[in-house]
Amino acid sequence: MAQGVNIENFSFWYGQSQVVKNISLSAPVRQVTALIGPSGCGKTTLLRSINRLHELHPGTRAAGRIAIGEEDIFSAAVDPVDLRRRVGMIFQKPSPFPHLSVFENVAAGLRLHGLAQGKEIAERVEACLRKAALWEEVKDDLGRKGALLSGGQQQRLCIARALAVEPEVFLMDEPCASLDPVGIMRIEELIRELKHDYTVIIVTHNMHQASRISDQTAFVLNGELVEVGRTKEFFLAPTDPRTEAYLTWKIG
Amino acid sequence: MTNRRKRKALGLLFEALCVLAASIAIVVLALILYYVFRRGIGVVGFVFLTSLPAPVGVAGGGIGNALIGSLLMVGLGALIAVPVCIAAAVFLDQNPASKLSAFVRFATRVLSGVPSMVIGLFVFGQLVLRTGNYSALAGGIALSIVMAPVITLSAEEMLRLVPSSQREASMALGASKQQTVFRLVLPGAAGGLIVGVMLAVALAAGQTAPVLLTALTSRFWLESLQQPTASLPVLIYHYATSPFADWQAHAWGAALVLVTAILVLNVTAQLSLGLSNRRR
Repeated sequence: MAQGVNIENFSFWYGQSQVVKNISLSAPVRQVTALIGPSGCGKTTLLRSINRLHELHPGTRAAGRIAIGEEDIFSAAVDPVDLRRRVGMIFQKPSPFPHLSVFENVAAGLRLHGLAQGKEIAERVEACLRKAALWEEVKDDLGRKGALLSGGQQQRLCIARALAVEPEVFLMDEPCASLDPVGIMRIEELIRELKHDYTVIIVTHNMHQASRISDQTAFVLNGELVEVGRTKEFFLAPTDPRTEAYLTWKIG
Repeated sequence: MTNRRKRKALGLLFEALCVLAASIAIVVLALILYYVFRRGIGVVGFVFLTSLPAPVGVAGGGIGNALIGSLLMVGLGALIAVPVCIAAAVFLDQNPASKLSAFVRFATRVLSGVPSMVIGLFVFGQLVLRTGNYSALAGGIALSIVMAPVITLSAEEMLRLVPSSQREASMALGASKQQTVFRLVLPGAAGGLIVGVMLAVALAAGQTAPVLLTALTSRFWLESLQQPTASLPVLIYHYATSPFADWQAHAWGAALVLVTAILVLNVTAQLSLGLSNRRR
């Protein structure tokens, strides 16, 4: 069941340095929210806070509230391991598990969480590969190692793997950064499909990509949220001069 | 211009020295292999590999019991060392910056520098003297200590080769730390871990002092882990230093068997490491 994400007054520190400064932002359910901004501005950190992946590094600290649906993800009742099952994540570098086959990569989450048994696993794997628009390319050799696929195929495999555990939210950290134009086009088509069923938050350096695929765009600079708006208006008529400067390549 | 010519000449000189140094290492190995092969090949045969040692002057006889003793003690050592050392390597990999990790790494490096004679003496004092007899068990324990640093250090290296991007992907899928270790890190590094164990086994198989001081030797077939046990290195030591020509010949034969086994282990390890690297 897709859920929206509500970020309220959220800050994040690595040791002494504050990389996310009091950001409030809400990602509406079944829409694509794009986070743009120069490298090191804190947008990836913000993204990785939504599944509490950043806690794994020592010396980090977070303040503020992030809610998925109505639930505060930092509340004591939430187990971060369980949270990460509910929040799918796609990374900049395609990261299929290299020792596993295409089939087993998608089945990994199902087996991990005991979501399916026996024949059901094969059905779910096929469904997820179809949803990730990869089935036709891999159906004849599901036993091939996932790492042997092309970069774009690997990324779609990772999406299928994330789909298998039925997340409520999809986080994507520059999913197209290492792909060729055809691969990028495929992933973008896929994101447009995914938003019918999921809430998607995507970090991208490519502003054209943000304008093509997102419903809402947020501009982050030096850890602060500068501006957020409906994507069309955001790109056509930014209200903050810093946004306009960034969009016209004057900063970043 | 002259400056450049001088630099080029110096570069050539150093390259030649490096090639020379590398060739010396290879030549020494080749000579050892050549001599062992030439002197040993005439002795090795089915009877040699499967018989008990014969008394001086009696024809035939072999190294069967020493072969089994070596296999058993090295296997026992690996059985003790592998689980402990892999577990230690997992700890080092999961807690790379902790104080305990720094201490474990330091202790492991020190242990790898301790002469094997000292390890033999340690087990001799702690086990052989206390139980009152030399045994295969004590030999296996001594060899496990010899293997421990090799396995731990190589296993840590191999685990570290599993990229953090994949670990994060696993965590992001909702796997716990333990699940990530057992389902991703260990299977992903399995090839490298096996290579490390093979190298450690090869090292332990050739150790003389630890087994000499703990298992002593025996002229009979192995019947229990609690009794003195023959092994190849100790047999070679005894036979080679004996005044009898047929025993000396048997020492060459045993040396050939041992060297071949170690060489096969090393080459297999190197080859499989090369293969697994290419797949990455």
